Amino acid sequence: MRKWNTPGGVIFDSFNYIILIAFALCTVLPFIYIIAGSFSTDQELQTRAFFLIPKTFSLDAYKYIFSNGALIKSIGVSIYITVVGTIVNLFFTMTMAYPLSRKTLWGRNRILGLVIFSMLFSGGMIPTYMVVKDLGLLNSYWSLMLPGAISAFNLIIVKNFFQELPQELEDAAKIDGCNEIGILWRIYLPLSKPIIATFALFYAVGHWNDFMGPLLYINDPQKWPLQVILRQVVELSQAATVSDTNRLDPNFVTPPAQTVKMATIAVGTIPILIVYPFLQKYFTKGVLLGSVKS
Amino acid sequence: MLQRLKRDIWMYVLIAPGVLYFLIFKYLPMWGVLIAFQDYQPFLGFLHSKWVGIANFKEFFISPDFMRLFANTLILSFLNLVLVFPIPVVVALMLNEIRVSLLKRGIQTMVYVPHFISMVVVTSMTYVFFTTGGGYINELVQNVTGHTIPFLTSVHWFRPIIIIQTVWQTTGWSTIIVLAALTGVNPELYEAAVVDGAGRWKQLWHITLPAIRSTIVILLILRLGHFLDNGFEQIYLMSNSLNRSVADVFDTYVYYIGLTNGEFSFATAVGLFKSVISIILVVGANKLAKRFGQEGIY
Repeated sequence: MRKWNTPGGVIFDSFNYIILIAFALCTVLPFIYIIAGSFSTDQELQTRAFFLIPKTFSLDAYKYIFSNGALIKSIGVSIYITVVGTIVNLFFTMTMAYPLSRKTLWGRNRILGLVIFSMLFSGGMIPTYMVVKDLGLLNSYWSLMLPGAISAFNLIIVKNFFQELPQELEDAAKIDGCNEIGILWRIYLPLSKPIIATFALFYAVGHWNDFMGPLLYINDPQKWPLQVILRQVVELSQAATVSDTNRLDPNFVTPPAQTVKMATIAVGTIPILIVYPFLQKYFTKGVLLGSVKS
Repeated sequence: MLQRLKRDIWMYVLIAPGVLYFLIFKYLPMWGVLIAFQDYQPFLGFLHSKWVGIANFKEFFISPDFMRLFANTLILSFLNLVLVFPIPVVVALMLNEIRVSLLKRGIQTMVYVPHFISMVVVTSMTYVFFTTGGGYINELVQNVTGHTIPFLTSVHWFRPIIIIQTVWQTTGWSTIIVLAALTGVNPELYEAAVVDGAGRWKQLWHITLPAIRSTIVILLILRLGHFLDNGFEQIYLMSNSLNRSVADVFDTYVYYIGLTNGEFSFATAVGLFKSVISIILVVGANKLAKRFGQEGIY
């Protein structure tokens, strides 16, 4: 075994532990502060600089943001986009990966080439926007689901996974009179539950976090998802500190206080933190599958 | 051939939506890139707009914006490469030295979290912490120095903050791949090295690093492919009227010129210029990697 307990080794270890623990705390403490702050009051935030447990527990910030119809609506929109969008992603990815996993399929290499080239070169923001616009998808939630329906990278990982499954299963199913759609549905999909779960979570997180999609394609404020509203809340308060001239504006709305900002951030984050334990179970496997092939 | 097509008819039914997706949302835009060579007028459409050759590119290259964008993009990309890229490798090596597996897993769990957080939340948290209007960091600064620092609205602080955000958000995730490569190192090599009297630094230098070299090269090539992508969302969310002179990069410029000002052709030309340089970088890096006896990505 490797030797660890030399004097040099002990110093090395101590430094190593201290730096890593400090780094880990730096990633986690901001979240805890934001969540603690959101349950606190502005007075406490001003008097106690940094705290992880609020002394004055208050739900005022949450009452305030949930009295705002736009925010509640945006949560509904985000949930809708996440659920339907993920189903669309999985449908497109799985139905394409399965035929591509079959080496005898005529035209397979050409289609794979098409997919791989699209990872190297893309038309870019404006031509993609024009296609979405010409299809009449602007201001429709489809504009947030269809343009990213397949991630080429994920597609190739799923294809490789299908390729590893034993061919005999399929032959047996064929003898029983199953066509390819039946084979995919009854044999391949049940066998690939872990990988489906992985990609479902990845795609879902992507939809929940998407900001650029709505920025480009959704102009109607009534249809904005949570991330856009969240941005607005924070920007509004920031604008007030950037220029005080805003205050002279008769339409000026009092900027949300720190606690309200924190509560809004927490609302945008908590769903992710709730699914995180499930994510964690799968994602290392998923990433490893990907990195082995890439 | 016809026989094979007929036999696999259901396969083609299955693959059709996917192929349509790639044709419509990936290949139609590639064809649409041609408007970079047009004076595109929305009411005339693609077919009737006037062709202008490389006029849009010329206009872009001689415009005063070009050097500014080019410098901003390159500086951020360069900082990303030299400051952000090595950190996950170092963190993975450090994690690999931890023997208390509970602690190791605990730290990993914590550092991965930010990867799943949206850019909007990351930038909003930055606002909350760094704002001069009662942000915690600024209160600290004020206690020490007596005045506040306009982190969010200053030209000098824009790049450091972007880099800190990127390190904070991406490090944990990027370590996964390096850690995976590290588990593949043959433990017998270490035993042999210990017998030969190698200390931990020597082991690191002569066994661990060479073992993960190919993984690092692949990560580097992939990174170079995105060398000019500075993360549209991040820059867009962090930029404001006061730091725009250092914040504008190709991606945000394309957005403002194309979608806010409606100059579709010009914006597409800028985007195309960026894409072409990116491709050259990937292909070049891949060639270079192969020349040095490493596996490339293709």
